[in-house]
Amino acid sequence: MITLAGICREFMVGDERVAALRDVDLTIATGEYIAVMGPSGSGKSTLLNIIGLLDRPDAGTYLLDGEDITGLGDRQQAALRRHKIGFVFQFFHLVPRMTAAENIELPMILAGIDPSERKQRVAATIDAFGIGNRARHRPDQLSGGQRQRVAIARAVIMQPHTLLADEPTGNLDRVSGGEVVEILEDLNSRGLTLITVTHDPDLGKRAGRRIRMVDGRIESDR
Amino acid sequence: MYLRDIISFSLRASLGYPVRTFLMLLAMAIGVGSVVILSTLGEGARRYVIGQFSNLGTNLIIVLPGRSETVGGPPPLLGITPRDLTLDDAMALRRSSSIRHVAPLTVGAAPVSAEGRQRETTILGSTPSLLPLRQLEMAQGRFLPEGDPTRAAPICVLGYEIKAELFGAAPAVGESVRIGDRRFRIIGVLSDKGESVGMDMGDIVIVPVASAQALFNVSSLFRVMIEASDRDAIGRAKEAIAAIIRERHDGEDDVTIVTQDAILATFDRIFVALTLTVAGIAAISLGVAGILIMNVMLIAVSQRRSEVGLLKAIGAPGNRILTLFLVEAAILSLVGAAFGLILATAGTWVLGRVFPDFPLFMPLWSLAAAVGVALSTGLVFGVLPARRAARLDPVQSLSRR
Repeated sequence: MITLAGICREFMVGDERVAALRDVDLTIATGEYIAVMGPSGSGKSTLLNIIGLLDRPDAGTYLLDGEDITGLGDRQQAALRRHKIGFVFQFFHLVPRMTAAENIELPMILAGIDPSERKQRVAATIDAFGIGNRARHRPDQLSGGQRQRVAIARAVIMQPHTLLADEPTGNLDRVSGGEVVEILEDLNSRGLTLITVTHDPDLGKRAGRRIRMVDGRIESDR
Repeated sequence: MYLRDIISFSLRASLGYPVRTFLMLLAMAIGVGSVVILSTLGEGARRYVIGQFSNLGTNLIIVLPGRSETVGGPPPLLGITPRDLTLDDAMALRRSSSIRHVAPLTVGAAPVSAEGRQRETTILGSTPSLLPLRQLEMAQGRFLPEGDPTRAAPICVLGYEIKAELFGAAPAVGESVRIGDRRFRIIGVLSDKGESVGMDMGDIVIVPVASAQALFNVSSLFRVMIEASDRDAIGRAKEAIAAIIRERHDGEDDVTIVTQDAILATFDRIFVALTLTVAGIAAISLGVAGILIMNVMLIAVSQRRSEVGLLKAIGAPGNRILTLFLVEAAILSLVGAAFGLILATAGTWVLGRVFPDFPLFMPLWSLAAAVGVALSTGLVFGVLPARRAARLDPVQSLSRR
């Protein structure tokens, strides 16, 4: 359950103040499938970053599971990102020196989970995502679709309740993009809240709820 | 996050960029290696000098004529010259029970000739006590005989070098040499014991002190060497010498009494200071290594911006990022220091081969200090890059590929 009320975010571009979000109110129930759409610079990514606790709003309140988290410190916000939120990026952001399995394991290492349990969960996740034969490969030996699957596996290994995907298919061809969308929708069907930011109208149509943003405001929400 | 995971993460991060890791290790190794090698040299020099002084004899006290201090006050109206230290003064010192040996010394240079060959050499006038006092050893014949020290007997003992130069391999004992305008009979030759503090005991001729005084036409002594009866007696012996000389010199303290310990302590202090100085100079290279580490780490942080952003996105707080980068700096410093110690060992081995006579000694403190300084340099200079990494804005770091 995510509740945003009166969220504002401004950036300084040179000497000029640019409002990325203007007074955004939004409520997202657990298990929803949302596509955030809109032209470039409309504030979609900023909204996603604020929901994902990577960015802080200048004004407004953000309730995550009924708890006001705008005032939390760095350490507590990091803990929430670790346990409740998973990220999927357009450019995958896999650590290049680590194998696929190690990339998937990374959030659990940061969370201080016992090595034997880590190994078990990584093995199970690799099987579930169908990348078993690629587990020992480094990202540069994987195709784009495989990389994004590894990135999704990493995002959900800590069993978060919300998955944030910023242009998850933006860097993929049609076939692997379709596979990635299927994986994301499958996760959503198992109860995970899925919020995607996308330019792709086809992908947008598949979502249960479409939010269109223009100029830092929510223009339509259906 | 487990400590093991932190270490293995940082280790693998540094292995991921082999060139920069190699550069940092090299800088650290050179810094640590030079600190250890230079302090090894300094410590070796200290031990060399101490060893030389120990050769001089043990529990040694040296009495020199005149005060070494300059005393203020008006100059004397009449020309009062300081009293000489005489042979009688020296003999009077034998009274004290704290003193085992007294060897008066008169030193001069004179031409020594035998069998048509002539050498200008040092002539040392002394008594039989010089033998045990300077721990000299005889190669052939005997040393000066016991007897009245005021008797100028025409006998002499040759150092092994002057003997070889004048007589070659032929026997010298029983032959005679001409020293200045007098003839002396050779009664013994010293063995090759080597040099001890400035005086080469090979290139020397020892004659009875009265003979030397007659030869050089002096009545004073160059100095008096005294051996105290044991280590604890040095203080008492010093007081006894001062009292006896004062009594004989109309109540004036006009001699300088130097103990071997005092000389040793002075040299010891000088060399410790010297060692610390060169080690300090070498530590500058560690500082330079630290700055290199900082630069390379800063580059590493900007290279790994998106990785840092990712770590934050998947739940690492700023402090954790700081720790990871600091541990990386610490690991690189320690590994670099280990290479430095290997470098120092190799360098010391080579030096030992090149200068086999010089006692090289690697002081333990320098190992500990070098590694400690390396580690703290790495940490201190790692803080700035690590803080920069910890403060990176995740949104900006992730917005690029």
